[in-house]
Amino acid sequence: MGTIEGTFLDFKDLDRLATGDTAIHGLDPRAKVLVTVVFIVSVVSFGRYELTALLPFFIFPAVIMALGNLPVFYIVKKVAVVIPFALVVGMLNPIFDRQVYVHVGTLDIPGGWISFVSIVVRAVLTAGAALILVGVTGFPAICMALEKMGMPQAFAIQLLFLYRYIFVLTEEGSRVSRARELRSFGNRGKGMQSYGSLLGHLLLRTWQRAERIHMAMLARGFTGAFHARHLYRFGRREVVFLLGWSTLFIFMRLHNASQLLGSLATGILR
Amino acid sequence: MHMADPLLSPAVGCTMWAASAGTIAYCSAKVRREPDERKVPLMGVLGAFLFAAQMINFSIPATGSSGHLGGGLLLAVLLGPTAAYLTIASVLVVQALFFADGGLLALGCNMFNMGFIPAFIVYPLIYKKIAGNNPTRMRLTLAIMVSAIVGLQLGPFGVVLETLFSGISALPFSTFALLMQPIHLAIGVVEGLVTVAVVSFVQKARPEIIRGARAARPIGNRPVRSVVLAFLVVALFTGGFVSLFASKNPDGLEWAIARATGKEELPAPADGIHTALAAVQEKLAFMPDYTFRKSADAEDVKKRLGGEKDAGLGTSVAGIIGGMMALAIAFLSGLILKKRPGRTD
Repeated sequence: MGTIEGTFLDFKDLDRLATGDTAIHGLDPRAKVLVTVVFIVSVVSFGRYELTALLPFFIFPAVIMALGNLPVFYIVKKVAVVIPFALVVGMLNPIFDRQVYVHVGTLDIPGGWISFVSIVVRAVLTAGAALILVGVTGFPAICMALEKMGMPQAFAIQLLFLYRYIFVLTEEGSRVSRARELRSFGNRGKGMQSYGSLLGHLLLRTWQRAERIHMAMLARGFTGAFHARHLYRFGRREVVFLLGWSTLFIFMRLHNASQLLGSLATGILR
Repeated sequence: MHMADPLLSPAVGCTMWAASAGTIAYCSAKVRREPDERKVPLMGVLGAFLFAAQMINFSIPATGSSGHLGGGLLLAVLLGPTAAYLTIASVLVVQALFFADGGLLALGCNMFNMGFIPAFIVYPLIYKKIAGNNPTRMRLTLAIMVSAIVGLQLGPFGVVLETLFSGISALPFSTFALLMQPIHLAIGVVEGLVTVAVVSFVQKARPEIIRGARAARPIGNRPVRSVVLAFLVVALFTGGFVSLFASKNPDGLEWAIARATGKEELPAPADGIHTALAAVQEKLAFMPDYTFRKSADAEDVKKRLGGEKDAGLGTSVAGIIGGMMALAIAFLSGLILKKRPGRTD
């Protein structure tokens, strides 16, 4: 029970982060979406045995989280929730791939372990990037950005509608679920049959709600588009933000920055 | 069964993205022309319903575990294929952004596995064929059960194929398929039972909804077939386009860079760091293998390691040290840039 409302509250928290007003929040959402895309594609495009070259990419989430004033532990916790999937799939790599890939001193490290760790690092980076994008931009702004970049309007409206009613309906869902919880004893009454009619009722109520919403929208003159309060402009700051980060990502994609740093350091030490 | 970014190569991800985005464009155009205006809020609210429904679990008898509704098939039955596809796609976008469930690059794959398959393959080819135009209760039940099971076999199979083509996971095809398919057979049966329960409840309470869903769209096989064909064409085209560069060049990104800068590699002066850089670049030329050439790769590595064992050791140590340094720099810059809690602006 606690978990249902917990996940949901979590969801609201992430949404609330987007109301901040740091410099990062103020950027045109298109710039942030594009930078995130370049970031993810760069991270994902590495070969499967690449590990050290991935580590410098942590600079992006670290800097944006700091500048955007996002709570670090909250994001880390959210990322940790999705890591198990990568763990499960990656776990099998060391079993199937035992070819020795790297010798460190007398230690032979099989390729499977490298690719396993690489998968987990990728998972952390990509999941973190998505959450951070929402945290510093907000869902409606992302939708607007995507629409301005060519997403069909009907789909943008669908996304905004969905987003608005998730909060309403998940509240309703957790009320329904709590009511059932209070009336059931252990697992009794939580079987398929009551579940079917429970969901059926929820569905019917949803349906009626949609009809009411539609009438209310018509009464207020809905013409097929939502209007936003914020009017963003893709100005010089956005260009600098986009070009700066993209150049960095592409540089780090082409040159192993860890290797570079390392040889610099060991070169100095020698 | 959400496909995730770390297992995906850009070639596969972009191909599926292009094809799924094309399908969204097609469906959006269709829905705009829809005479029934009520569909717009209905789709949005039903998508939100799916979130609410997925929060509520039920106990599966005799197993001690619990399950919940997936909902793709339910939406297809209630809304018809085009509206259902848009709704599922929008749910996936929200899941990817808010829960990092499935990645942003993997969205295209997920839209295909969980949206396109139930809406444009299973619905017209199985559900419609079995249920017919005026199904009895038995027929409706049968149609939903078969559709759910087939849909949840095809979807995971899509995941297996996409993972295989990406070549990041070392899992052999047969093992992965043997892991995925039986589990999803069970999930498919459960999904079918739940969908039957909900649909038959709705049919009893408000039969006009189910009837309306069937009658409102005289969906012959022609439009659906054309959608499937278009999807295939787009996927093949992008796939071919991307893999053309992927095979000729280390990868598409590097190719793009080479094109943009007008040269293959930047000329390197011969001092310490640049030689190290060259070694790194050689290492980078090691393409993300889109096929399973694991032994060949390993041979390659062995050869290199055998040839210059010390150099290999040197670079890997430098790499590890540098990696730690990079992490420390990232952490520190975050710490420095972080606003002090007391400070207000």
